Order: sequence, then structure tokens, then C-alpha cells
Amino acid sequence: MSLTMERVKTKLGPADLKEGMTATKVKRFIGDYGIIILFVVILVFLAAVAPNFLTLNNIVNVVRQSSIIGLIALGMTFIMITAGIDLSVGSIVGLAGMTFALLAPASGGAFWLPLVAGLAVGLLVGFLSAALVVWGAILPFLATLATMAIARTAVLVMTDGQVVSGLSGPAEWLGSGFIGPVPVPVIIFLIAAIICEFVLSRTKFGSHVYAVGGNEESAKKVGISTGRVLFTVYLIGGVTAALGGLVLTARLDGAAPVAGTGYELQVIAAVVIGGTSLFGGVGTIRGTVIGVLLLGVVMNGMNLMGVSSYFQQGVQGIILVLAVLLNRWKSD
Amino acid sequence: MLIDQPPPKVFHRFIYMALSNEDEMTDVPPATPPLVALNDIHKTFGAVSALRGVSIDVQPGETFALLGDNAAGKSTLMKVLTGVYQPDQGSIELDGKTTEFPTPSASRDQGVEMVYQDFALADNLDVRSNIFLGREPQKNVLGPLLRIIDRKKMELETKRVLERLDIPINPRLKVKRLSGGQRQAVAIGRALAFDARLIIMDEPTANLSVAKVDKLIEVTQRLKDLGIAVIIITHRLDEAFAVADRFAVMRQGQVVGRFRVGDVSEAQVAHLISHGTLDDYIDDGAGIPEKRRKIGSTSSMEVVDVMATPATTNGSHS
Repeated sequence: MSLTMERVKTKLGPADLKEGMTATKVKRFIGDYGIIILFVVILVFLAAVAPNFLTLNNIVNVVRQSSIIGLIALGMTFIMITAGIDLSVGSIVGLAGMTFALLAPASGGAFWLPLVAGLAVGLLVGFLSAALVVWGAILPFLATLATMAIARTAVLVMTDGQVVSGLSGPAEWLGSGFIGPVPVPVIIFLIAAIICEFVLSRTKFGSHVYAVGGNEESAKKVGISTGRVLFTVYLIGGVTAALGGLVLTARLDGAAPVAGTGYELQVIAAVVIGGTSLFGGVGTIRGTVIGVLLLGVVMNGMNLMGVSSYFQQGVQGIILVLAVLLNRWKSD
Repeated sequence: MLIDQPPPKVFHRFIYMALSNEDEMTDVPPATPPLVALNDIHKTFGAVSALRGVSIDVQPGETFALLGDNAAGKSTLMKVLTGVYQPDQGSIELDGKTTEFPTPSASRDQGVEMVYQDFALADNLDVRSNIFLGREPQKNVLGPLLRIIDRKKMELETKRVLERLDIPINPRLKVKRLSGGQRQAVAIGRALAFDARLIIMDEPTANLSVAKVDKLIEVTQRLKDLGIAVIIITHRLDEAFAVADRFAVMRQGQVVGRFRVGDVSEAQVAHLISHGTLDDYIDDGAGIPEKRRKIGSTSSMEVVDVMATPATTNGSHS
């Protein structure tokens, strides 16, 4: 009897086809918008259970705090789309921030000088990572593990492990200032995100980033300079991490040699939650922005609800697992 | 005149014309120069002689198959033609004029395109992005300093190219969603989009789930109709006999025979591939297959004796 039933079921009729198409559409919708739906559900939930969550002050605070991780995540998105990874971003935050903090008080009217120096340091570490990955043919995980250690050593040696505090007025403005009602770090993050989104989705270079991540061999065969593409993404990663370090230093009005420690994992989590594949070829800046905000909102919500910090990382982990499962389901 | 005595092996190099008509014994020189001619190409990798004086020519609109076992030198020869390798010796002629392809892009700029065995596609990108991969059209935004990809142009061109192949595929579809045949069409479309005059297809049915030789015949016929020459690199005799007008057999870095389809049997070619000569070939009575598509007025069979100059090293490059 059951055999007969199974046989009957294997014959596809119009109703089955319609059902299949509907299922595909539903899957595509959830795949494309699942993370946004999750984000909205969390927002509604937090608005309902945490009375202070939907206040303007709190929202500004969440976005401002997220902007530092967000800046670093922008560059990481480029790198991860090429199937790479950069573990050195946390150390770049520390090194660039410290360079900024050391130079800022002495720069006088040349406000831009310590900023440029900080960014140059990020570029230098990015260059080192790129050189190891492209010229040295070392796996990105190992290459950037090495640059992570080197950059952290540099900042510790530079300061002898001491904290540097007290920046000049304009430097403070970078972290705590407002333009209208919007905090400066948020504006920097938004501008950087718009530029990165434009580069990744509209330019030839952006298209090549996806091609290298999707199939590096094919990209080579059609004449794309894959080495140049890889080199550039690590430079971008270095600069955006340095920018994050500058904003963090300005926000705290000082720099600690251990600043940025562990940021790499938060950043990678945010990028993956935003839909970027660790295997490369897939990801968007829009997704990364949502991933960063989602993590920021969850952490903020848990603080408002008085959830013990012991649990917070666990919740972060659960969201990461959900996002990975969603991405995998989407790509099947 | 029929040459019925097998030629002696002591000849350093000779031509054995298996033809019945005196007029047909000599290759009639084409009125126009060949589209591409590779003359006496040598290529060595360290101690390995991958190519040892290879010469072939391809006429405009012709489908030419390059046959041979693994490590025969087929792919190396094509890499010379596509600018991936530089020959140690020999010359390349395009439209009768000597030219050089120092880089792959130099070769592509002159209308020589390659369709790789794995199709060289990025699965994560859509059809239009794959067609234009590496050569994306751009348009200015706010002057020449800021240029973005012209996706509209890419889409229109993709549609046009796939229509020429009579294989309609949605340009916005991700390549990972395509069947093997559709993926091949995208790879060929990539070559067509840039006004290819010669398309080299490396093992064109190797990555198709079912050997779609019929579809390949259709596609190569369409390319012929468009006046595009095709070189097919293959070790599959049925494929070569089905689609090619002429073919050359390579062995150990040398051409050991050149034929028009219909003048030789698959068994003879298989023997030539494995032995490098037809001297010791025993006819099994299979006969010569009917020509699938007769081209030109002259048919010829040319076996080049390379046994007198045995390979010093068996090339590992194929």
C-alpha cells in the first residue's frame, strides 16, 4: 500500500510544479531578505521589552558604537569576497590609533598629519599582508596571523605598553563631534560604506573582486590580474581598519596598546552575518552594514535588558550560526 | 595515380599521398592566405621538448581538429597561439603576415579566442558578467576619472551574442544555475562578443554531462556560417570526425599526419595516434567513414614520417 502511494507521489503534476515554483520563490525571498527580516524581528522585540531602546539617544549611541566595527568590516568584506581573511585588523586598529594618539598633540594646526600617518600605518600593514599572500603565496589565515602579531608587537614596543591619552580638540571632534544630529563617526562610516558599495557593485575592480573569489583560475585565464586584485583588497582592509582605529582613539580621547584586540572576530562575525561567504565570491556592503548593525543592536538590547555579559557572547555565537545556516541554505 | 607501395621508413621526411587522381595529389594552394599559420614551432621546457617543428594552418571559416594523445603537445601548441607561451623557434602568421603574440591579450586583440575545457567561468557571477569578464565595457560618470561598468550594454550584447548562437539564456541568470551545454554556450559567447576570427575549443565535450556531439556540430556549423574558424583540441575521434573539415594528428610534440575528414578511417587515425605512422597499419575492413560535411573540392591525406627522427624526450606538456 505504501509502495503504491510512493509511486503515485513521484509522478509530477501541474500542482506539484506550481508548488515547486512557489517553494523556490519563498526560498529566494528568505535567502535574499532573511537577515533583514531577522533584524526587524529583533528590533520589534527589543522595542517591546526594553523601554529605552527606541529613544533617539540610544539609537544614536548604537549606530555610533557600531560605526567602528563597521568601518573595519567594510574592508574585510572585500577581502572575504576574494575567499581571503585578515586577522590583523584588530592589531591595525591598535597601531594606527596609537600612531594617531602620539602625533596628535604635537601636530599643532596640521590636524590632518596624524590622520594621514595613522592611515599610512594601516596601509603598510595591509601591504605586508598582501605581499605575504600574493608574493609569498602564504595562506591568508597564516599570513595575517603573522602580521597581526607583528603589528601588535610594534604598538607595544612603540609605547612600552603604556596608555597615551589627551588628544587635541579637532581630534576629539572626530570621535565625539556631531554634524547636525548625526555623530561624526556615523557620517564617516556612512561615507566609507557608500564609497565601498559603489566600488564593489559598479566598478570593473569590484567585478574582478567577485571573479577572483568565485574562481581564481578562471579569472586568470580571462586575463584578470588576480595578484593585483588580491593586493588591492588587503590594502583596502588595512586602510579601513586604520580608519576604525583613528575613530576609536578619537572617541576614547586616547589609545591603549591593546586596543582592538579581538576585533577581528567581531568583524568577521558581522561580515558573515551580512551574507558574505567564507568561501568567497559572495557578499555585499549592504549586507555587511546590516550585519554590523544587527550585532550592535543585539549587544545594546542585552545591556538594556540587564542580560549578564557572560551570555552576550553566546547569543552572538547563536546569531552567527543562524546566519551561516541561512547562507548555506540559500546557496544550495 | 595511386601509390600502392608503402614508403620506406628510411626517409627522413616524406609525404604519402593516398589519392587516386594525379590532380588531387597536390594540395591546391588556397586563393587567400590562411587565417592563421603556425610554422615550424619549437618549444622546450627545461629538458622536455614539448613541440618539435610543428606546422599547421587554418583557413577562414574552417573547423580544424587537433588530435593526439595526452602529452602530444596539442595544448602547448595552442598556448603558443594564444600568447600564453612564446615559441623558442618558428613563426606565427595571421592573414599571411608574420605576427607575434607576446601576451594572451595581444592574441585576443587580434581575434584569437580560447574556450577552455572547464569553460573558465565564475559560477557566482551572472551570464553577462561572465561574457565580459576581464573586458567589461565602461561608461563615464562625472567625467573620465570616474568610470562604472555599463551593465545595460553588457546585457544587450549578451543577448545579441547568444541569439547568434541560437541559444537563448537569460543574461541575468547566475552561471551556477546553467546546464553544461549552456555553460559552453556562455564560454563561446564570450569569444563571439569580441569579434573572434578564430575560436580554439579545448576538449569541448569533456565537461558536458552527456557527450552532446550533435549540439557541438550545430554550434560549429553556426560559427562557420558566421565566417569564424574553429580549432578543436580533442582526443575523441568521433568528435573530430563529426565536426571538423580537416585535422592534424600530433604525437610527441610533432605533427604526424594531416587529413581531410572522409579520406581516412577512425581506425587509421587511432593507429597513427598510438604509433605515429601508418606503415604497419593493417586494415580491419572498417573502411573510411562517410563525410559528414564535405568541404572544398580537394581531398588529401598526408602522413608525415617522424619516426626517422625519434623523440629524444617525451614531453609532459600536452
